[in-house]
Amino acid sequence: MRLTTKHLFWIKAMIHLIAIFPIGYLIILVLTNGAGGDPVQYIIHYTGIGALNTLVVLLMVSPLARKFKQGILIQTRRMLGLYVFVYASLHIMAFVSLDLLFEWSLFLQEVVKRPYIVVGMICYVILIALSITSLKSLKRKMGRRWQQLHNLVYLLALLAPIHFYWSVKSEVIEPAIYILIVCLLLLLRMRFSAKLSQYLSWLKLRFIA
Amino acid sequence: MHFHKRPTWDKFKDSDVTPEQVFNDRRRILKQMGFVGASALLSSNANAGIFDLFGDKKEKPQFLRSDLPHSKNTQYDSVLNGVLTPESKVITHNNFYEFGTAKSDPSENAQGFNVEPWKLVIDGLVDKPLTLDYDDLMKLFALEERTHLLRCVEAWSMVIPWVGFPLAALLKKAGVSNKATHVAFETLFEPEQMPGQKSRLMGGGIHYPYVEGLTINEAMNDLSFLSVGLYGKTLPPQNGAPIRLIVPWKYGFKSIKSIVRIRVTDKQPPTSWNQLASHEYGFYANVNPEVDHPRWSQATERRIGEGGLFSAKRINTQIFNGYGEQVAELYKGLDLKTYF
Repeated sequence: MRLTTKHLFWIKAMIHLIAIFPIGYLIILVLTNGAGGDPVQYIIHYTGIGALNTLVVLLMVSPLARKFKQGILIQTRRMLGLYVFVYASLHIMAFVSLDLLFEWSLFLQEVVKRPYIVVGMICYVILIALSITSLKSLKRKMGRRWQQLHNLVYLLALLAPIHFYWSVKSEVIEPAIYILIVCLLLLLRMRFSAKLSQYLSWLKLRFIA
Repeated sequence: MHFHKRPTWDKFKDSDVTPEQVFNDRRRILKQMGFVGASALLSSNANAGIFDLFGDKKEKPQFLRSDLPHSKNTQYDSVLNGVLTPESKVITHNNFYEFGTAKSDPSENAQGFNVEPWKLVIDGLVDKPLTLDYDDLMKLFALEERTHLLRCVEAWSMVIPWVGFPLAALLKKAGVSNKATHVAFETLFEPEQMPGQKSRLMGGGIHYPYVEGLTINEAMNDLSFLSVGLYGKTLPPQNGAPIRLIVPWKYGFKSIKSIVRIRVTDKQPPTSWNQLASHEYGFYANVNPEVDHPRWSQATERRIGEGGLFSAKRINTQIFNGYGEQVAELYKGLDLKTYF
């Protein structure tokens, strides 16, 4: 069965629901003291994980669409990407407002001095660029450069879990899992990549012949 | 005459809203839906069977705390620079990786922790080794209340009224040999009771049992305190029941919890965080705004006080957490940047 535009409408509606639900849930948790007596770290972590989870889902769209020959699914990538941006924005807002309590000078110092925050900020800058250029009119105007810019999503996918890995005190297993998942998803793309298969056949020719 | 009438907005029957089990179990249900994090999908710990989603699980009973008779020692109150952190926050925001690495994990996972019977051994270079049971901890020494600052290495802090007795009193009772240079502490190792010790994922990669140490001079300083209670009652497990160390001029991780052994030695003992990342956590771990953690600043701290999320304050961190008058002497001639 080929998915139609009508299906796409419902899929998008579902994505909206699933993406927004955790934010409402977090608010309820915090208001009912379900996130601990001082939920600052909880909120920062929760929104960061939210961005990362959405990013993983986003990276799964293309391989799935290709595998099941449902090209229409590609159209969900834009909204998923924007939700990554929403969660990342909440993550940074929580850090600045709840943890640093709007000490902007401290924020600027930390951004420059701390490698894991530098990596996080690079991720956020990429997200801002991709979010702004997700406007259809801009996409048309940018032509081929649009795709070049949006290939940065792969850099983002690598850096985001590294930022997570680097930020923890000792609990490295969970961030390591994310790094692994992202690498697998990127490898999956390499397998599909025409360039790579060309390269592989070139290697074969070189070493077998 | 007064009739009880349902207000017009109350058109829902109780059964129309979320079933109680679902509500009580909301956190785990959400985890199973996959919103929380990759690890949550793997961490089906003690209380998380995948198939009992709608099982009739009851809310776990809270750990029972009892009142502790004590006197008040206010001699260190002049250091305090803020109001008490409310008890509800002190007992729900904890770093105690034996019960999980999130701040809210210990209060959720430790309520069934068993502290009776307890055995605390004091041995090593002492005249007469001691073994204290639970009652000894509460009754052997006159208990006093001291309010201290707690500065976490993660740059948050609290003001907490502890109940307990000076570490020196216990060491004097055992009689410290003059060969002694250090004191080593060890937390209970019982994976059946402490899920973090059972699973690496839950316990954050620390080598258990958790160990800590002080120099003998630090240990004999009057500020070094063994706490058996807070806010006038025995400690809850998440805060280190039944007995924990308080060394308020050092980062919180030095204040080891649920102690089963205190060993007097003539060598610097290994300490858990130092073993894990020696360039980030030194043996001394004295609070010092001049020496940053490699990944974050220690110049300021977020004080957790009364009120909601935005009422916290960012304040300047003091050298030795403000207790310089009592302890600066101990580090004369020591380069605090090298021996952090």
